[in-house]
Amino acid sequence: MRALTWHGKHDVRVNTVPDPEIINPRDAIIRITSTAICGSDLHLYDGYIPTMKAGDILGHEFMGEVVETGPGSTLRKGQRVVVPFTIACGNCFHCGKHQYSACENGLPADNQDIAQTIYGQPMSGLFGYSHMTGGYAGGQAEYVRVPFSDVGPIVIPDGVDDDRVLFLSDILPTGWMAAENAQIEPGDTVAVWGCGPVGLFAVQSAFLMGAERVIAIDHFPRRLELAARFGAETINYEQTKTYDALMEMTGGIGPDGCIDAVGLEAHGFFADNVWDQIKISTFLGTDRTHSIRQAILACRKGGRVSMPAVYGGFVDKFPLGAFMEKGLTLKTGQTHVQHYLPGLLHAIMEQKIDTTFLISHRLPLEQAAEGYRMFHDHQNDVTKVVLKPGMDLQQNGENRHGIQ
Amino acid sequence: MAHNKLPSDDAPLVTRKEDLGEQARSQLIEPHGDTLVGKTVTINRPKAELYSFWRDFTNLPRFMENVVSVVPVAEGRTHWMVKAPAGKTVEWISVITEDRPDEAIAWTSEEGADVPNSGRIDFRDAPGGRGTWVSATILYDPPSGIIGKVVAKMFQREPAIQARRDLRRFKQLMETGEIATSSWTRQQHEEID
Repeated sequence: MRALTWHGKHDVRVNTVPDPEIINPRDAIIRITSTAICGSDLHLYDGYIPTMKAGDILGHEFMGEVVETGPGSTLRKGQRVVVPFTIACGNCFHCGKHQYSACENGLPADNQDIAQTIYGQPMSGLFGYSHMTGGYAGGQAEYVRVPFSDVGPIVIPDGVDDDRVLFLSDILPTGWMAAENAQIEPGDTVAVWGCGPVGLFAVQSAFLMGAERVIAIDHFPRRLELAARFGAETINYEQTKTYDALMEMTGGIGPDGCIDAVGLEAHGFFADNVWDQIKISTFLGTDRTHSIRQAILACRKGGRVSMPAVYGGFVDKFPLGAFMEKGLTLKTGQTHVQHYLPGLLHAIMEQKIDTTFLISHRLPLEQAAEGYRMFHDHQNDVTKVVLKPGMDLQQNGENRHGIQ
Repeated sequence: MAHNKLPSDDAPLVTRKEDLGEQARSQLIEPHGDTLVGKTVTINRPKAELYSFWRDFTNLPRFMENVVSVVPVAEGRTHWMVKAPAGKTVEWISVITEDRPDEAIAWTSEEGADVPNSGRIDFRDAPGGRGTWVSATILYDPPSGIIGKVVAKMFQREPAIQARRDLRRFKQLMETGEIATSSWTRQQHEEID
């Protein structure tokens, strides 16, 4: 089959690799119809994530058609499914509590040692995201092997376009859980740092959960425009003092809920030296650690801070005093995707949540490397690249918005 | 003197800062080996089920990565063949020294073992109805002393690493019915085994 493989910094290639096969009884093989490049894939692309190996297949946002099932799978050939990026067993203590991203059995035993050392306990497995998260082959390919296929994938009814449901795999539930973690009450004002896909879905989710006002903070005009389209008020932190603006816009009280959707956007783990490299060398370096501090300072007394943003290591100068004195609540975690799928699919079907607005580019899988380059170099205009393995090479010109 | 001290907390021996191999030996019948390995894992299944799976020693190679085969030779005696570093194998005959249904199994190796070893597996109800605590306590003599241990560690066949990973695989097999792997072709999967 053809697959997007990683070979080093800024070196990804579509290669021919062996087709996946059923290994374990609960496996299924999915023929990919749509797969997205995630913001966190750019960290792999930039070479920041340790334990990558040349030839690794990337991609953790994908969907497709079931073509083969193991005897323990509950899926049937021909069904269309969206697959969660978290690999969870459904049987352990944490899965029993719907804490799927904390699954105890999703990682191969040998891959659990690193997370055990860094975090105290290993987390679930992830598709296409280094060997610390299991070394599972990802979905930017024609086919993928999906373990625990009786627990993870959700079946999509016929007649619902891929583009409407693809983001159930990661960023929509992540944005929803971010808003849920802010424990929004009717009448609340919620501030969202970062208007990438997760932040934008958090904006939509916050309104659905009863927020009266949402204030969105970013510096890309295109992203702020999208946030405004969903009813958010906006702050461009390049022209405005964010803390001062938040205080003025809330009558001196501060937002009731603060969502930090900036962070690293990465689903992986970072050794501290890697973390330092990122701080120094990425253009968002200082702002990224800044957003969680600013959220804590701006948040109203007794308010809630939600942190969907991924922090892999340590953050300097965490304002523990403000956090304690004001009696804040902080909720965070990798997304328990499986828990949110039925409800969010329903919300999409009822047209309460729109996801298609995000897609700026659709490309054939063969042009995946080009997709990475575009997404990396033009973050204002390229909000989301979706790869379609079956797509005609000729068909994509109209979607490029002039960015080549 | 360490052995005169009364225990000052409730933590297991294997988590002590000082080496308490001697006390661990005292808990075993016919101890063999002087390097202590201990590990507990919580498995979301009843202890009777876990005990009976383990008690059939021929099941063990399914989750013990380096164990090539376990063959019964007589009641309570099994022949073990285990992978060692550098493509070698080691062998021994293991004898059951204690067998309490649903609760504990202990063993020791017979004279002539390539790697003298002894140990016990305890099955206890986890608090709060969370399944079973499975604790492995293993004493062994590293092959060729300390050098052998370093070499083994390089090849990740060091018993402490192996025990930790084998217990995780036991948990996976018992809870999910399979052992997690990131291989995506059967050929890759066989090469890893």
